[in-house]
Amino acid sequence: MSSINSSGEPAAVRVVGGWASPFVNRVVVALKLKGVVHEMLQETVGKKSELLLRSNPVHKKIPVLLHHGKPIAESLIIVEYIDEVWASNGAPAILPRDPHGRAVERFWAQYIDDKIPPGIRVLRGSVAQDKDKAAGEMSTALQHLEEAFVECSQGKQYFGGDNIGYLDIALGSFLGWIKAVEKIAGVELLNEAKVPNLAAWADRFCAHPAVVDVVPDADRLVEFTVQHAALLRAVNVPK
Amino acid sequence: MDHQELEEGAEKVKLLGIWSSPYVVKVMWALSIKGVEYDYIDEDLRNKSNLLLECNPVHKKVPVLIYQGKPIAESDIILEFIDDVWKDLGYRILPEDPYERAMARFWSKFGLDKLSPPIWKWFTTQGKEQEDACEAAMEQLLVLEKVLDEKKFFGGEGIGFIDLSLGSLSYVIPIYEDIIGVRLITSDKFPRLSAWMEGFLGLPLVKEHLPPLDKLRPRYQAIREAFLSK
Repeated sequence: MSSINSSGEPAAVRVVGGWASPFVNRVVVALKLKGVVHEMLQETVGKKSELLLRSNPVHKKIPVLLHHGKPIAESLIIVEYIDEVWASNGAPAILPRDPHGRAVERFWAQYIDDKIPPGIRVLRGSVAQDKDKAAGEMSTALQHLEEAFVECSQGKQYFGGDNIGYLDIALGSFLGWIKAVEKIAGVELLNEAKVPNLAAWADRFCAHPAVVDVVPDADRLVEFTVQHAALLRAVNVPK
Repeated sequence: MDHQELEEGAEKVKLLGIWSSPYVVKVMWALSIKGVEYDYIDEDLRNKSNLLLECNPVHKKVPVLIYQGKPIAESDIILEFIDDVWKDLGYRILPEDPYERAMARFWSKFGLDKLSPPIWKWFTTQGKEQEDACEAAMEQLLVLEKVLDEKKFFGGEGIGFIDLSLGSLSYVIPIYEDIIGVRLITSDKFPRLSAWMEGFLGLPLVKEHLPPLDKLRPRYQAIREAFLSK
């Protein structure tokens, strides 16, 4: 895939990433919400491109946003950057306007990053740890997030209110994988009885125009897990 | 009584903390930059107050800032909140430019994710494990040394978000070095970081809110011994 457009210049906004990464999905959803034209540079699974190693030498991980060639890494930091740079183009704000609202959403986003990815890794078999324990911990986390949804949404459709916001993106990007590990591990996480608001929100989020072509279907991710099982185990050495 | 405090505490800012926590000290430095007055409430983490449990039910940890009756938890999130709410007081903790803000957030997260774990490992182990951790820590410290470049502080002429986030290193590392008997940040390997640590500790607002270092040393010593005896 060429990164040079018709005028011979590289695209102003490029995303170094992969379709299966929920962290990359966050960045793409944010760009789509803002209507920002961008180019996807898909990394080959199991190989890191020169561009990736150059743009994120510290972590050597996707996603990296390249804006006029300047790299920004860490998905939530990128989402905030996108919100700040494209603040006045008519698209709704991604983060809440009020300081306390922002602090609350950032708090829960950090909680999500602490609890969800490790659980997913265990439940899809990338890390050899107790699956029942991991499922239990994920359920507890989703229970807390159910309460957070009630607090943040204030009766509206999304964590962000009428529109998808930062916290919707932070959690919503994991919905593909959450549904995938439900199938792989045979557990129910988004249980309508236990987390009714989250379950309903999940359907709404996944159907949103900025999300529908971005967050992959569970089946595709199950296939991905099977295809790359050895690789996923090799890179996910437990700490 | 505690519940009443939460509802009536509309005007005065409150900070829940413990004397020894570098995360609490970070918030004090930020409030000091803004010149904001607050009530400091000292917690006993073996006997947590109802206020703490109500304000941070998820983690039950300090620091927690309470502003107009609403709690904010997680130290770096509190720092951003302080900079947001009191943006016209003192000076800006985070840069205005979105790219520079992203960099400030990135390096702060780097400190937590990449630097703290090997430093902690170095402090709580011995022998080969400790040597490996020391090497890993130095590798990450070299990265920071390059980021600092020729600047006095990460924030430039004055301290900013990264300085506040990493600043506790300036008093914690020397104590660790003293206890272990090995230097980690020497001025020949890390000339810029060494100068930064000295400069940071020399700032009046930093000095004013340092935990008592003579009390910290035995506390850290006990922690190291506890880990080594496992």
